[in-house]
Amino acid sequence: MTATLSKVDRGRAQEARPRPPRRYRLSNLDTKVSPYLFVAPFFVLFATVGLFPLLYTAYVSLFDWEVGADEPAFIGLENYRTLFQDDQFWNALFNTFSIFLLSSLPQIVVAVVLAALLNANLRARTGWRMGVLLPYVASLVALTIIFGNLFGPQYGLVNDVLTAVGIGPIDWQASTFGSHVAIASMVNWRWTGYNALIVLAAMQAIPRDVYEAAVVDGASALRQFFSITLPLLKPTLIFVVITSTIGGLQIFTEPKLFEPSGGSGGGAEHQYQTVVLYLYQSAFQGLDLGYASAIAWVLFLVVITVAALNFFITRRAVR
Amino acid sequence: MTTRRPSFVIYGLLGAFVLGSAFPFYWSYLVASRDNSVLTGDFTLIPGGNFFSNAMRVFDTIPFWKALGNSFLVSGTVTLSVVLLSTLAGFAFAKLRFRGRGVLFLFVVATLAVPTQLGIIPLYMAMAEFGWAGEMEAVIVPNLVTAFGVFWMRQYLLDAIPDELVEAARMDGCSLWRTFWHVALPAARPAAAMLGVFTFMQSWNDFLWPLVVLNADNPTLQVALEKLQSGYYVDYSLVLAGTTLATIPVLIVFLVLGRQIVAGVMQGAVKG
Repeated sequence: MTATLSKVDRGRAQEARPRPPRRYRLSNLDTKVSPYLFVAPFFVLFATVGLFPLLYTAYVSLFDWEVGADEPAFIGLENYRTLFQDDQFWNALFNTFSIFLLSSLPQIVVAVVLAALLNANLRARTGWRMGVLLPYVASLVALTIIFGNLFGPQYGLVNDVLTAVGIGPIDWQASTFGSHVAIASMVNWRWTGYNALIVLAAMQAIPRDVYEAAVVDGASALRQFFSITLPLLKPTLIFVVITSTIGGLQIFTEPKLFEPSGGSGGGAEHQYQTVVLYLYQSAFQGLDLGYASAIAWVLFLVVITVAALNFFITRRAVR
Repeated sequence: MTTRRPSFVIYGLLGAFVLGSAFPFYWSYLVASRDNSVLTGDFTLIPGGNFFSNAMRVFDTIPFWKALGNSFLVSGTVTLSVVLLSTLAGFAFAKLRFRGRGVLFLFVVATLAVPTQLGIIPLYMAMAEFGWAGEMEAVIVPNLVTAFGVFWMRQYLLDAIPDELVEAARMDGCSLWRTFWHVALPAARPAAAMLGVFTFMQSWNDFLWPLVVLNADNPTLQVALEKLQSGYYVDYSLVLAGTTLATIPVLIVFLVLGRQIVAGVMQGAVKG
């Protein structure tokens, strides 16, 4: 109703006066300015809590900046020099990549197989899809605590089962490889179903006549999968890899809570301390903000580099 | 070939996978329902009768209800704001013409890959300066709108609203704000609902930043669980009673909205 009224309104106004009515000038201003106001909240917020802190991290990293110190001393690149000679940092970087590889590679293989299973003409389709997505919605903190219990070296269920089948207990906390496998299994458990649904969506986007042509040519189901489905899934798989890279290199919650009362060291010999965990330990327990900022900035460059690398590989693969 | 019902092998494999997905939840309840003394070594899959007494001990040990309230407050506020502000910006990017639109949108997309989490040190310094350290504002304000939200809403609104509709509203003298409110927002409802669900879950599970900026007296649920675990690690029936209690609200949400969440994940894949 308001719409028709204002239409009449404006018609009258235009008849009465030769120069553009006030309303029109206002609406002109509205057209010019409002779009900027609409997108402004995002840019203002990103600038203040996203971009500025990142840049300021680089600034802080040039100082000997302890929490509560009055006058942080400028020391140039000293923090970086120390960092590159810091065994604990290289160890954390190694752990991060090791856990990342152990979690992303098996995850993608299982996700593709799972998606192929879900792509069958199932009864209660949505029910199955919800079933595999269940881990994704669970609270990460709660799950990490539960997995920490399952992988407990003495009374953990995993070791009970391993002992029962004769493999014998493994010290999931003390050994480097063991702890990486345990932490990677949390990541896998959480994300495999989610990624399977993404792959499933891509599978369903493949036109059916491609398969029909293959059937006419006598291709087996297995042959169809490897010669049609898998190549056409490539862009989606690379997308999955990129998103899991950006998250995976910043892994924190799982190593932080893996061992009860484990603190932030990532094990007695830092055997599963990741880079973000080391950053957290340096900043909020060591209270050395300058050094922690150097860690943050180096990790930032690593993440951006890996993401950019992934991006260019994707573009080539898609072409 | 596609119309044939799949064999029991496929159902068996899927069933095993779903059981594996659900098992840690059940295990958590299992441990939480027993007496701590029987935990040493022997395991059974039958729950005991101590869940309520263990839950009571959780309430005595950590400020559980306060943490739950805080988590609802934070996630609720963040969700409302993200949905509203993202739809607003998404509408502008999808349907309005303004100088610099292309470049600005490219910037939004680029920020999707920026690990802003790594700026927590200056962010913490700023919050301490504002006097927000330990307050809920510190975990709400930085998350009021996201690049993902803007991107998601823009992609949806591109096709969801015909350009003619926006133009007609303008012809009728609607301001852009009213066009947004009466045309874009109703049309955006399906995508906004999905964005809401995902934002809520993400905010609910957020851990690193709340752990840094909040304290044990006034925590979110995730921070409270961490305190429970780091302080009472020997007492697994207590700690896992806490994780079970914290998981119940999420499971309820999943049972109610699971269908939409599945659709959201699959749609995101096609659009992304």
